[in-house]
Amino acid sequence: MATTDIVDIPPARPRKPVLLRRKTLRRILPWVVIIGIFVFWEIVVRAFGIEQFVLPAPSAIFESGWKWRWPILDNAWQTLMTTALGFLIAVIVGLLAGIAIGSSTLVYDSFYPALIGFNSIPKVAVVPILVIWFGVGTIPAIITAFLIAFFPILVNVAVGIATVEPELQDVLRALGASRWQVIRKVGLPRSMPYFFASLKVAITFAFVGTIVAETVASNKGIGNLMLVASSRFEVPLAFAGLLVTSVMGIGMYLVCTAIEGRMTGWAMRGADATMRGQG
Amino acid sequence: MNFVDLDRVSLRYGEDEDGTLALDRATLQVGTGEFVAVVGPSGCGKSTLMKVVTGLWPPSAGTVVVSGKEVARPLSIAGMAFQNPTLLPWRTTLANVMLPLEIVQPHCSRLKRERAAYESKARDLLALVGLKGFEDQFPWQLSGGMQQRASLCRALIHDPSLLMLDEPFASLDMFTREELWLALQNLWLARKPTVILVTHDLREAAFLSDRVLVMSARPGRIVAERVVELARPRTLDMTYEPYSVALVHALREHISAARSTVT
Repeated sequence: MATTDIVDIPPARPRKPVLLRRKTLRRILPWVVIIGIFVFWEIVVRAFGIEQFVLPAPSAIFESGWKWRWPILDNAWQTLMTTALGFLIAVIVGLLAGIAIGSSTLVYDSFYPALIGFNSIPKVAVVPILVIWFGVGTIPAIITAFLIAFFPILVNVAVGIATVEPELQDVLRALGASRWQVIRKVGLPRSMPYFFASLKVAITFAFVGTIVAETVASNKGIGNLMLVASSRFEVPLAFAGLLVTSVMGIGMYLVCTAIEGRMTGWAMRGADATMRGQG
Repeated sequence: MNFVDLDRVSLRYGEDEDGTLALDRATLQVGTGEFVAVVGPSGCGKSTLMKVVTGLWPPSAGTVVVSGKEVARPLSIAGMAFQNPTLLPWRTTLANVMLPLEIVQPHCSRLKRERAAYESKARDLLALVGLKGFEDQFPWQLSGGMQQRASLCRALIHDPSLLMLDEPFASLDMFTREELWLALQNLWLARKPTVILVTHDLREAAFLSDRVLVMSARPGRIVAERVVELARPRTLDMTYEPYSVALVHALREHISAARSTVT
């Protein structure tokens, strides 16, 4: 058998890293899109001469927002706190209920249909009932935010725990692990990526819940502010309220993403991480 | 003395009489510190056998005795490794290997105080299978073969008296597989646990085990048994010597016979 030795291959020309350039671009692009939307909006409003009480131009919205900045801030703080509280309760209840439902087929089978039915109820319809029970104010808003936000958390945690690989369960059970140990060592950490993904959905849901409740039954908060503004035909102010709400939504979303990245970095290994690994 | 003793063990999936019969009056004995390989056509109930021995599934009939006691619930002494390495992606390799220590007594209660000692033990074990320097890497940063090595270490860290291996090398390429045979042989020679290895690679069975059991097609029962008379430690070259070749050939014939009885 003939063997050939291959020696002395000249090194190939090194390539420029594309990844770095793409990273800066990815950081700028969202801002470009947001500013683009506002510019487009402004142009459309001016070009077609749309009336301010139909669709105010961004410039008018910002102007009105600046003019009413103290009431807006005051109400935004109220909305933010209400949402955060409802969200917090949703996280605790969703996590605990998710663990219970995900770890036992019996609990899953018995509670899941009822939960689906409950989740199908439009939460707006519940607000008047909450008002009867708790009166007009912050409490119905907190409860609405909680009711609307806890379901996605529960479902995701339950799915994460229920889908632990059977082999892994066997490994642990053959070591004499109890059911709770399997959940703690494997089920819970495994469901964390699902859990944090659900938080991002839930926080935006919680804002919806709060604002809806504030619109229907409160005398404080951004929802109430927008209601009052539109009843006075201060449409730019109503839009300013919307804008503030989305800014708060984005802020909370980013907080959730930051926590997610810190807690479950292992589940989101990007292209660079894999390249580092195969050494 | 027999460490594992199965007496006419049957297992039927499903509760009624028409459920699939996976094991049919399987009888086998494995001595303490013995390395036994179980081979057979695919779907013959080899994996079922593992679950029954470790007590993960109760048998429908017959008795399973391990270490002198009848198995009624999952054993707490067995180490297991599967075709899929099933490492936990959120733990480093070292932390993955140390997982059993957090569960098995008496290690579980000692772990906090003697963390350093246990850690160095885990590092030694990883070094033995050639994973020195990868302790703090995450499983997804390792190749498939390295993950499988780590999985073997996890199965062995708590010095189990019984090691159950279910086709642990099936998904690896030939070279990696042979390397791991040697690694496994070293681990076994160093600690001498009782091993039951389920495999469909006859060379693997001949190289690693003291005794090879052949299972028939489903419903599985033990139809043949061959003792491997090769000195230890064995070398890979031995698998190409006439003795091994003849053994593999004979096993192959048994399996063909076992397959043709059904069809």
